[in-house]
Amino acid sequence: MTSVVSATNLGLTFKTNDGDVVALSDVNLTIEKGEFVSFIGPSGCGKTTFLRTIADLERPTSGSLTINGQAPERARKDRAYGYVFQAPALYPWRTIEKNVALPLEIMGYTSAQQAERVKRTMDLVNLAGFEKKYPWQLSGGMQQRASIARALSFDADLLLMDEPFGALDEIVRDHLNSELLKLWDRTGKTICFVTHSIPEAVYLSTKIVVMSPRPGRVTDVIESDLPGERPLDIRETPEFLAIAARVRDGLRAGHSYEEAL
Amino acid sequence: MRRAGPVIVVLLAIIVVWYAAAIGMNAPWQTTLNTRANLTDVPFTEFALQTWAQDRPVLPAPHQVVGEIWNATVALELTSKRSLAYHGWITLSSTLLGFVLGTALGVVLAVFIVHNEAANRSLMPWIIASQTIPILAIAPMVVVGLGSVGITGTVPRALISMYLSFFPVVVGMVKGLRSPESIQLDLMHTYDASPWQTFWKLRWPAAMPILFASMKVGIAISLVGAVVSELSNAAGGGLGVRLLTGSYNGQTIQIWAALFIAAALAAILVMIVGAAERMVNARMGVRPA
Repeated sequence: MTSVVSATNLGLTFKTNDGDVVALSDVNLTIEKGEFVSFIGPSGCGKTTFLRTIADLERPTSGSLTINGQAPERARKDRAYGYVFQAPALYPWRTIEKNVALPLEIMGYTSAQQAERVKRTMDLVNLAGFEKKYPWQLSGGMQQRASIARALSFDADLLLMDEPFGALDEIVRDHLNSELLKLWDRTGKTICFVTHSIPEAVYLSTKIVVMSPRPGRVTDVIESDLPGERPLDIRETPEFLAIAARVRDGLRAGHSYEEAL
Repeated sequence: MRRAGPVIVVLLAIIVVWYAAAIGMNAPWQTTLNTRANLTDVPFTEFALQTWAQDRPVLPAPHQVVGEIWNATVALELTSKRSLAYHGWITLSSTLLGFVLGTALGVVLAVFIVHNEAANRSLMPWIIASQTIPILAIAPMVVVGLGSVGITGTVPRALISMYLSFFPVVVGMVKGLRSPESIQLDLMHTYDASPWQTFWKLRWPAAMPILFASMKVGIAISLVGAVVSELSNAAGGGLGVRLLTGSYNGQTIQIWAALFIAAALAAILVMIVGAAERMVNARMGVRPA
């Protein structure tokens, strides 16, 4: 069986007026079907760039990357993934249900299929009853849930999430984290999740990829042995804290603040 | 009604200032007239009434302008060459045609500029240069030039209106069509949307607020273009012609009446665009201000 994501010696260098910026260097990583993989690291470590490269929003400059065994562009054209951005990026002139239906319209689903899928995904993210609202009538957390529904509506097996809860307060974030875990459990999707919160990464993931900047690279890959069933208070258990400590060590090793100063 | 109060106060203040100014500005001529008629020691109230009732005052009093508007519209046959309704219609028809053509041209150019890098680099300087040419210089050439090849009437005048009104639309729409944020465009890319879909589902709706703002400017200057173009062909009629003949003959009341009709037309047209904007906003679920 082919891996969902497979990167070999992957590198990406941006050409800027100030010279070359190495965003990714020598990244080797495989992600298997059904995994929940978090990417964690300080700003500039290339975690978002890596996600955008998977999504064919950036082109690698060296190495190879396949999605379901195919080139990223082919995978994008096959609508192999749904992407959730840092901001909800809902279109303000569309109601929530119309926003969720946007990819379906573009992909040519019939209106009956659209209605059925919009209903199913809105139920999945607990937004039933808000179909006719406009984005400005919803809270930030609900807007981000709508954007997750939009990414799920066309039923891609891979979900790419770029700090989706970064702009939300901690209470809403905890709530959405536990809902996301349930959703992942129910749908069996493969999820790539960018964050810079250690508890969030440890709580959600089956695999944690620790990255460090200048150049952006992978410093540690941690397989989590936490049970599948994860109530919020699992975050106080010794097992959880042990993994969090290892993530923190990985971040510290890859990123010497003294050196930067 | 609470909002009507201040408006009425300001309006009354303007009328009072206007009447006062009319006394001052018409006084020298009235004094000359009275001296010729050997009228001396005219009391101030009578003198004031005289200055408000001259045939060709420097500044006509409001009631004279209103009377002229009444006489030249309601009291006249619509087909009369002295009817301001007749001339107003001539101006309005070329304004509207020019506005529609100008908006269409502006939108088409903006779409072209946004989607084509060569057009982006090459067209904009020409578009800006086009507006630095005085319209007063170019209007006679267009009207007379087209007249010589047999194109007369509304079309040449509408072309002048178009020439002025496409500019705010093209500048606004270039901005509007580029207003979607990069993540909104990235989102379309992840769906593998075609450029056509990206245009209709993202760029076009995102540009709507700026389109309406541009159209409000466009329709007002479209009227200016229509009036200016009429100055080049006095036989064609229009409010511009009434302004021109009024100034030739010193008929200040006629000039002011034509000015008021033109201003009222512009206000009504801008209000119609505003009403269309509110309808579109309601359909697009814009948050009420």
